[in-house]
Amino acid sequence: MTSDAGNKETKSMLLNIGPSHPAMHGVIRLITELDGETVVAVDAEIGYLHRAFEKSCENSSWTQAIPYTDRLNYVSPLINNFGYCAAVEKLLQIEITERCRYIRVIMSEVSRITDHLTCIAASAMELGAMTAFLYLMKAREFLYEIIEDVTGARLTISYGRIGGVKADLPASVREKLKDALQKTEKEIHEVDQLLTRNRIFVDRTRDVGILTRENAISFSITGPLARASGINYDVRKAFPYFAYDRVQFDVPLGERGDNYDRYLVRMEEMRQSIRIIRQCLKDMPDGEINISLDGNTMTSYDLVDQAKLGYTAGLVNVVSTVEPTLEGTERPFQKRVMTDEKRVALPNKADTYGNIEGLMNHFKLIMNSHGIRPPAGDTYFGVEGANGELGFYVASDGKDQPYRVRVRPPCFFNMAGLHTMLEGYMVADIVATFGSINMIAGELDR
Amino acid sequence: MENLPSEGPGFFTSKLEAAVGWARKYSIFVYPFVTACCGMEYMSAASGHYDMDRFGAGLPRFSPRQADVLLVVGTVSHKIAPILRRVYDQMCEPKWVVAFGVCTCTGGFYDNYATVQGIDTILPVDIYIPGCPPRPEAVLDGLMKLQSKIENQKQTLWGSR
Repeated sequence: MTSDAGNKETKSMLLNIGPSHPAMHGVIRLITELDGETVVAVDAEIGYLHRAFEKSCENSSWTQAIPYTDRLNYVSPLINNFGYCAAVEKLLQIEITERCRYIRVIMSEVSRITDHLTCIAASAMELGAMTAFLYLMKAREFLYEIIEDVTGARLTISYGRIGGVKADLPASVREKLKDALQKTEKEIHEVDQLLTRNRIFVDRTRDVGILTRENAISFSITGPLARASGINYDVRKAFPYFAYDRVQFDVPLGERGDNYDRYLVRMEEMRQSIRIIRQCLKDMPDGEINISLDGNTMTSYDLVDQAKLGYTAGLVNVVSTVEPTLEGTERPFQKRVMTDEKRVALPNKADTYGNIEGLMNHFKLIMNSHGIRPPAGDTYFGVEGANGELGFYVASDGKDQPYRVRVRPPCFFNMAGLHTMLEGYMVADIVATFGSINMIAGELDR
Repeated sequence: MENLPSEGPGFFTSKLEAAVGWARKYSIFVYPFVTACCGMEYMSAASGHYDMDRFGAGLPRFSPRQADVLLVVGTVSHKIAPILRRVYDQMCEPKWVVAFGVCTCTGGFYDNYATVQGIDTILPVDIYIPGCPPRPEAVLDGLMKLQSKIENQKQTLWGSR
């Protein structure tokens, strides 16, 4: 203390939060300037999870870029998959089948629910609500089981294909999904009761971290953040894609744009997603498959053996049964979920090994420097990711590798506007606000 | 008494060492250094369905000074690598490192300019859990392997170095 007690001049302090901090979800560094406990200025340093996504895409074929997109927003990988595929489809100007549209909507919405569950769980845990975390993780596990049934993996699914999806939904998934949705709804309701009127939770989130409407627009923030600030913008409504124009759903809007509104918007969006999935399950064309797979089938290795000996005459109509991980990709299923454009769609196993056209088609798509070749040009396609508008700008120079794949990651813009939500509040509010933004380093740093 | 070895550690020391090993194996405090996708599977493994708590590793410590096991979860880029090393250096002995996911084991399919090609290039690793990301079952398997490693290794006791 200096001798003149009347001098009230204070010095601001510089505090680093992160990059290795439990509340910094992954890796980001917030450089904060503090006046006592009040945050004066915040700067976010990003790039700790830069994995060269865009450069890797330029060095891989159009199809090989799909696994990289899984790992952009790893909490809802299916949406990234479909967004990228839809962008390339737009470049190639191909249409996907009606059933595939519905499958994409269903799986996108399942992914959206898992994302919101994770976000609310993590942010509630950081505010001390461990119970809510465990309940929501339980709900997420039900949905992961569905995703695993459909795609073969829990997280990094690579389910989307240019021109369709990898495989049709398994026969049992309809019942399982209904069951899982019911259980998820129950967990969401339970957490709703635990948190929504919880005094501690409300005190920590109400009127904290306000994002004004003007700031949301000027930083081009989209998704739940913008909707919590009262901006009625949802890509699913504004530019309907897949089958979103055929389903009924509401876009929840907040009023104040604070943490609590963001929480409420996410909770309501999960309920709307469940509503969308239920409608899709009802409306999806070709519910049951009527072609018997038993009459004329061979295991794929028998098929390969016979084809190698040259006895391919009888194989044209044979359907091969494939190993469990490829279930749903047999010929009858493939017609329903893949476009019949030979430029992009891999033939099914029975055709690849059963006739020369299928073999050549396979060869042309798989071999180095053949592959999918979109015409020279560029296009942009945006889907509603769990955090906002997730856009893919793809440019082709007519070769088998992308000339450029640029992502518009929703988190990047959220992080740009982050300081407006933190400045003027207390240090302890950083945790609450940062949790409600749902920063995903994978798509932020790419 | 003639069965006891005349050389090497005495009866009391070896029994004590076994007891310490047994105790340490069930009181693992992990420091989850979560950077990327694998964190989702870490969350799954840690919560109700798979429940890492059954193996005594339920309480994550977010201060390296309180942790025994550094769980490196997710891709380590060149930018985060010095921080990871610093966290490791801050941990007290005895300490172990688990490479969680293929990115930490070898760099995985991020074979590019930005990614560290395996964290064993910057710190010693005890257990590798491959997978992109590893399933929770694989995580639990890795954890049990770590437990048996902890139990059977030479224990650093007071005074004995």
